[in-house]
Amino acid sequence: MTEPFVSRGFHGRREPKSAAVRLPPGQYETRDFPVLSAGPTPHTALATWDFTLRGANGADVRWTWADFEGLPHESVKTDIHCVTKWSKFDTLWEGVSVDTLLAEAAKRGVEPAPYVLAVSDGGYTTNLPLANVTRGKAWIAVAYAGAPLEPEHGGPARLLVPDLYFWKSAKWVRALTFMQHDKPGFWESFGYHNYGDPWREQRYRGDE
Amino acid sequence: MSTPASLSSRVAPIAWRLTTVVDVVQETSSARTLVLDAPGWPGHRAGQHVDVRVTAEDGYQAERSYSIASAPEDSRLALTIERLDDGEVSPYLTDVLQVGDRLELRGPIGGYFVWDATLDGPLLLVAGGSGLVPLMAMLRHRAAVTAADARTRNHMPARLLYSSQRWDDVIYREELARLAQNDETLEVTLTLTREQPQGWTGFRRRIDRMMLAEVGWPPSERPQVFVCGPTLLVESAASAMVDLGHDPARVKTERFGPTGGSA
Repeated sequence: MTEPFVSRGFHGRREPKSAAVRLPPGQYETRDFPVLSAGPTPHTALATWDFTLRGANGADVRWTWADFEGLPHESVKTDIHCVTKWSKFDTLWEGVSVDTLLAEAAKRGVEPAPYVLAVSDGGYTTNLPLANVTRGKAWIAVAYAGAPLEPEHGGPARLLVPDLYFWKSAKWVRALTFMQHDKPGFWESFGYHNYGDPWREQRYRGDE
Repeated sequence: MSTPASLSSRVAPIAWRLTTVVDVVQETSSARTLVLDAPGWPGHRAGQHVDVRVTAEDGYQAERSYSIASAPEDSRLALTIERLDDGEVSPYLTDVLQVGDRLELRGPIGGYFVWDATLDGPLLLVAGGSGLVPLMAMLRHRAAVTAADARTRNHMPARLLYSSQRWDDVIYREELARLAQNDETLEVTLTLTREQPQGWTGFRRRIDRMMLAEVGWPPSERPQVFVCGPTLLVESAASAMVDLGHDPARVKTERFGPTGGSA
């Protein structure tokens, strides 16, 4: 057995215990709200914005911004974890639960499937298992900290899936497409983990 | 049932490896380059980064990501680290770590914000502060590839627009001057936003649309654009490129730092 490696002269900060138990491995707490995206921020006018749920059977349902505003909204307080190592505690969001959208869609013949692909303005995509976006685990968020979501943070609407690394919470989301078979999204095709559970530190392909 | 191969095939994790610091270069008062001997390094592409993990005696660990500064062709791996005064890891890397010390890291990571020196047209690099680091890897890569055949330069002309606060904050200053001097297809433009040396005739304002139009190529030339730096700079430069008519899909960004107060 080799001795565990120690970085000479590194002492580090210790998060207070209350914070430490909330931090997944390899993460640190930030009070800022850093911005990360792969390209320019799209600016979509609310008048042209819409949101689509596409069933695996080809049926789809579409909401305009006005339609969307008419759906019941929920408040969510949650910790979020970015694969670039920062975590932010007690973030406050407002949005429409994916469960609500699914219930509406079911009435119009849209059938779910075991996997979901979130599709955004600008071409970004990310894949998730259906189980991670149902039963109160995911929202289409339209407000942050009591104000409309700013474009650089994904406004007018972003997916919010706090259980997974935050790249799964697709900014500028415009559609959820159900898929019978899993298919990697944008970062998942560039070496990031297919599932992305922060508590198992699934950052990159091959982790765990 | 068909499952995409990329999902079903087992892939080895990107392994943590111990490297040794073989040289340190103080680039500016706050930025330092660590030159590392990394046995078994699998190679990287210009623009990629590594995850660094530091471990205290009691087992406490912290991880951070740093861009690779060296070209894929370089024999040593180099990271340039900007010291954040309130940082936990960067002051250790810039102030404490010495030649002979070991540093644990894994990589390379990231496959989108990368540039390979191919003959497919102009390259525009836009950087602020230590956002220059991954773009420097691209310039070094380009220099290594074109050194073998200088004519290839004409197929991938490059322009760098780099924003610093002061002359002394310009990292890789001498190397940039040397690269530009020896290569008429490389243009390096600085803007010094806070303080300028006596007789400075260059830009002295933040990067804006007019500056990008003046320094960069027109959209008809279809340059590949890489923008890296603090969030505000990247947001405004990337938006300006789109306003100028560039294809958003050809504008790749990497951002760091806080948002400057906005939620």
